[in-house]
Amino acid sequence: MQETSERRIDPVGLAIAGLLAVLAIVIAWDTSNLTLTSVYGVGPKAMPFIVSIGLAVLAVGNLINGLKGDLPVREEINIQPILRVLGGLAALIAVIGFGGGFIMATALLFGMTAAAFGRKAFHIDLLIGLALATVVYLIFSKLLALSLPVGPLERVFDTLF
Amino acid sequence: MDALASLAQGLTVAIQPANLLFAFIGVMLGTAVGVLPGIGPALTLALLLPVTAKFDPASALIMFAGVYYGGMYGGSTTAILINTPGETASLATALEGNKMAKAGRGGPALATAAIGSFVAGTIATLGIVFLAPWLVRIAIQFGPEDYFALMCLAFVTVSATFGNSPIRGLTSLFVGLALGLVGIDILTGQARLTFGVPELLDGIEITTLAVGLFAVGEALYIASRKAEHQEKLEPVRGSLWMTKEDWQRSWKPWLRGAAFGFPIGALPAGGAEIPTFLSYSTEKRLTKHPKQFGHGAIEGVAGPEAANNASAAGTLVPLLTLGLPTSATAAMMLAGFQQYNLNPGPLLFADQPDLVWGLIASLFIANMMLVVLNLPLVGLWVRLLAIPQPWLYGGILVFATMGTIAANPSVVELIQLVVFGIMGFLMRRFDFPIAPVVIGLILGPIAEAQLRRALSISLGDPMVLLQSPLSATLLAIALIALVAPYILRGTGRLKAIED
Repeated sequence: MQETSERRIDPVGLAIAGLLAVLAIVIAWDTSNLTLTSVYGVGPKAMPFIVSIGLAVLAVGNLINGLKGDLPVREEINIQPILRVLGGLAALIAVIGFGGGFIMATALLFGMTAAAFGRKAFHIDLLIGLALATVVYLIFSKLLALSLPVGPLERVFDTLF
Repeated sequence: MDALASLAQGLTVAIQPANLLFAFIGVMLGTAVGVLPGIGPALTLALLLPVTAKFDPASALIMFAGVYYGGMYGGSTTAILINTPGETASLATALEGNKMAKAGRGGPALATAAIGSFVAGTIATLGIVFLAPWLVRIAIQFGPEDYFALMCLAFVTVSATFGNSPIRGLTSLFVGLALGLVGIDILTGQARLTFGVPELLDGIEITTLAVGLFAVGEALYIASRKAEHQEKLEPVRGSLWMTKEDWQRSWKPWLRGAAFGFPIGALPAGGAEIPTFLSYSTEKRLTKHPKQFGHGAIEGVAGPEAANNASAAGTLVPLLTLGLPTSATAAMMLAGFQQYNLNPGPLLFADQPDLVWGLIASLFIANMMLVVLNLPLVGLWVRLLAIPQPWLYGGILVFATMGTIAANPSVVELIQLVVFGIMGFLMRRFDFPIAPVVIGLILGPIAEAQLRRALSISLGDPMVLLQSPLSATLLAIALIALVAPYILRGTGRLKAIED
């Protein structure tokens, strides 16, 4: 590792320090709203207090690292694939939230994730996702009795089996 | 010979057909996820937690142990054949192993890794058999203040001492501790950090956090840097068998690797990196073929791979006897125990000897299954590596959703999954370690309970933490471990290990 004489202030380091400080304040504020009910020893406030202090100290530590520019070298990233994966997750939440069921939701997630990783055949991927999601649903919901979200497709299987 | 009698008792549990079947499923699953890049045993255990909630505890835990051991075997296959080690513990293996595969000696490299893992795993599991009862007898005298101090020490070692940056490691840990606060306080029934969201009253689901950080975070990270870092899969050419010379050059590194791995794994020091790199540098120094190092020396695969497995087994010692996890996977194992209201520690050895010793005995069986299955099935594992990346990560996210929603069927849970996923991505990008977050979430509430128990016995006097000699010593070591990285960095000793 080579020490460079010119070290730039790293805005990400400052942002991390800021987030930690906010977290410390939120915990301290939340803890101050608790009513103390413990007779002996320490109540439910002690641990949040310790964590809050710790986070505040670490916020300072990260701030110093940020000011010194003491963060690891970062690679260039492509934002678009990230947004596509997140879009797939958003679609998943929307479909499940509106009662579309597990199979449809995860098939969509599979297809959109595959697209984010560079696949160009969305329709085929959607079908693969549909097949995978159906197998997963049947194994885990029917065989292992887990409660997975039910939608129109799942009701068909529920009447079949 | 007490230990051997207990082990024999455990064997009768472990060889029940159902438990053998679960051990088999566990090792197959573990090897598969170990082979696949992007997922590891910790994530798999997180996904298995909701799935196994209604299983028999002994069977489920035997399966978890199988996944744990299997993951170590599988990781070496990937390291040797495509030079992208799934976990840091396989980094050293990749150094020589991939060179061997490129030179057409992939078969013997896989063989020495598998057999070395078996030898070291068996030695280390024997280590558990004899060390655990002894530690349990000591631990039975521990008070709550001693446990709290022990956990503080584990917190420091897993986050600060052996990472790249103590500040970033501790930051991860405290984020995990903060997440552990969310929910109803068990002792007083008060809601902490729930902000009026009823779904948060039960706390943060371990599965959701782990799956978000490991699966979603990894998917986002890999997607963001796609098209780079594509490593070539080396086909396994020629014989899988080791020659006589290979055996002669392997057996000593196996034993030395086990000698490095087990004690370091058993100490609450965390991480298999240190023993594997110690083993690598030792073999490099002792070898009769120094010129081969860097070009595929079999000693450089045999030693680190043995150290890796022995250290994984060693991690189970503090986990089983003290309830102290020192790796993300061990933390998931602890969560597995908790799911059945079992608390690893001296009491578990007294109350549920069949379960504990059945689990330990099943480790021998899992090890045996792995060495028998691994080499013949290497073709299958190689085929797993051929799954195209888009489908692999699509599939990982489907299973991630399944585990999360099975743990708690609500949209709030999925939103948490995405939030933790973004957090996992940012942590990877800015080089914050992930494991301390998971350990903080799981161990934080336990540490808090011990602290409060200690202080209620002492009527609120915090000096109790320093009056117990053991607790005072442990806290002092924790303090030293906290400042040690700064001192070591000055002398450049850590860097010497890295080179």
